[in-house]
Amino acid sequence: MNSAASNVLDPKTSPTFPMAAREMLEDTQLRKNVRHATEVIQAKRARVVGEMPDWQQLRESGRQIREHAMANLDFYLEQFERNCTRAGGQVHWARDGEEAKQIVTALVKGSGSDEVIKIKSMTTEEIHLNIALEAAGVHAYETDLAELIIQMGNDQPSHIVVPALHKNRQQIREIFQREMNLPELGDKPQDLADAARRFLREKFLRVKTGVSGANFLIAETGGVCIVESEGNGRMCLTLPETLITIAGIDKVLPRFQDLEVMLQLLPRSATGERMNPYNSIWTGVHENDGPRTFHVVLMDNARSEVLADKEGRQTLHCIRCGACQNACPVYRQTGGHAYGSVYAGPIGAILTPQLQQMHHAQSLPYASSLCGACYEVCPVKINIPEVLIHLRNKVVEQKGLLSAEALAMKTVGAIFRSERRFRAAQRLGRAAETPLVRKDGRGDGWIGWLPGILGGWTQARDLQEMPKETFRDWWEKRGNRSGN
Amino acid sequence: MIGDFLSGRHHSQIESSMDSVHLFRRLRLRVALFITCYNDTLFPETGKAVVKVLERLGHTVEFPAGQTCCGQMHWNTGYQAEALPLVGRFVEQFRNAEAVVVPSSSCVAMMRDHYPKMAEEIGDRQLISDVAELLPRVFEFSEFLTKGLGLEDVGAYYPHRVTYHASCHGLRNLGLGDGPLQLLRAVKGIDLIPIENMEQCCGFGGTFAVKNADVSSAMLAEKITAVLNTGAEACTACDNSCLMHIRGALHRQRTGVRTVHLAEILAGTEEASL
Repeated sequence: MNSAASNVLDPKTSPTFPMAAREMLEDTQLRKNVRHATEVIQAKRARVVGEMPDWQQLRESGRQIREHAMANLDFYLEQFERNCTRAGGQVHWARDGEEAKQIVTALVKGSGSDEVIKIKSMTTEEIHLNIALEAAGVHAYETDLAELIIQMGNDQPSHIVVPALHKNRQQIREIFQREMNLPELGDKPQDLADAARRFLREKFLRVKTGVSGANFLIAETGGVCIVESEGNGRMCLTLPETLITIAGIDKVLPRFQDLEVMLQLLPRSATGERMNPYNSIWTGVHENDGPRTFHVVLMDNARSEVLADKEGRQTLHCIRCGACQNACPVYRQTGGHAYGSVYAGPIGAILTPQLQQMHHAQSLPYASSLCGACYEVCPVKINIPEVLIHLRNKVVEQKGLLSAEALAMKTVGAIFRSERRFRAAQRLGRAAETPLVRKDGRGDGWIGWLPGILGGWTQARDLQEMPKETFRDWWEKRGNRSGN
Repeated sequence: MIGDFLSGRHHSQIESSMDSVHLFRRLRLRVALFITCYNDTLFPETGKAVVKVLERLGHTVEFPAGQTCCGQMHWNTGYQAEALPLVGRFVEQFRNAEAVVVPSSSCVAMMRDHYPKMAEEIGDRQLISDVAELLPRVFEFSEFLTKGLGLEDVGAYYPHRVTYHASCHGLRNLGLGDGPLQLLRAVKGIDLIPIENMEQCCGFGGTFAVKNADVSSAMLAEKITAVLNTGAEACTACDNSCLMHIRGALHRQRTGVRTVHLAEILAGTEEASL
């Protein structure tokens, strides 16, 4: 997995999912780490969700809040801007990732700092902000423990909530030993946390500019909410003189009271906690309390296009809990890097191609068996399988009707539109498969090899030969044909 | 504030599938069998077993001859246009049935979850109302027995060690829940062994199995391990598509373990085994 991990996860250049997945499947350590971590989180989630008698109603409330917010996004964004500005914040608008990076870089430079401390933020990962900052001579320190591991390991996040989920403790110790120059470091959780703490404390006290993402923007108050487990986020939000928050425009909630629903749904779904250890909500700036300068960069980056698609727009309801990733049997096998995007798993499979406006990542909508485990756990009831199917249809439309697959599908479609053609195809199928059926005494009546794309089937499975008589042949012989 | 949002306008798939349950208890019904394209072609024994069970229970089985496919493969792979005409075809073939029984959970999920939307896409008012009228009478086989007829014991005998895999569409889209297991527990002579991670996908996923063959095989490997760990002679389910996939690996690995559709277990009787 190193080849994919050491490169930036960019959907524009990533290999297709089946190709990337093949490489991941060979990494037994990675698969073991991913399986273990997702099982642990899933079990924790199941426990704290199971104790909520009104969980389904909460999900429905969450869904409706998010649907309402997205349906009235223009109104709530402007309301947020007004209220944030009134409280002393400065709001900036970025059409895309490039613009967002330019704005943030200029703001950091303007703050007089060539270093920033960062809170874990998927939005900054989406646009690869750290690379842009580095190019402008600004060093970003990730302060979330997992993000620090990713940064020091020159790695990429593989999970929305637990970005270093693919690493185990021994691997993390090796990274810290090397990067922090601590050859004697142990591999107990306390040892690792202690090393990170010593490394980070000095940055918290020295660096004057902080960069964060946002879990929620509250239109009614102009406030911003971030939840986290370690308290390092709280340090970044309170110690620097300048705080720059970058958020996708989809992060808006209409009312402060909506947090009542979201702050129940999110921690239980994300980390299996009843509430997050640290819940920070701040509004503008306050004298002698926290940063003196506060900027919010509101970034579109194709979210408007997602919103314009009636069937795809529910993707924007996502609150980035990662529950779908933990539940997904595909993610469980491959981990996150196979998705070629910082948004992995089922939500990544629908979000990434849409953020790329279907120009890239067209293999992702097919990276699912449509088992529905993601939909079942989604705290805001995003029907991910439905969106996957919708996006598959878009991919097919894009590829045109002349591919081998499209021609085969069209032919089979025509067969299903006629009983006569269907029966003929059944007979033809039996004749066509005859040369492939084994008759060598080692699995007679089975097919062990199929040509072309169907070879994917026989790489791990045999196929039993077609029975001599179809059901409808039998039914007719039985002389019981209905009157229709 | 939660109350503000509980307008009741929205239902999950599972809730709406529960709404469609009708109890036919003690009626002698004309049941139309939708065998589905792949059962017709590859698993005729499943169809015969469904006929046997339904007739044993006193119902009359009909088989509308013009039936072909529900459109699932096309729809789920992104070939919407090819799937759309099959909605009208299904309605045409089955509109007169008192109940439609389908021995494939994923095909029923396809119809229940997507046909209303597909009819709207076609924009034919008659079709929209026909679909809405017909769908509540369409049942997955085990669902027809447990929810439609209110039965658990259908008088079956199957003296074998069996494990049950909960196919995803039956489990999540249809909300079959414990129904198939209740039917199995009532079978005389059966030794039912629970499987680890029963609710985890086997990795079939239709065209997923060939488009993402490596991942599909990796998922299948976990399922095969779980099946073998039960020590069962046979793995059963409500969907032959999952079973075809599982059976393919069980055979490749020469495990000697079989797969068998739930209907074929329920069709077994003591008289027949003598």
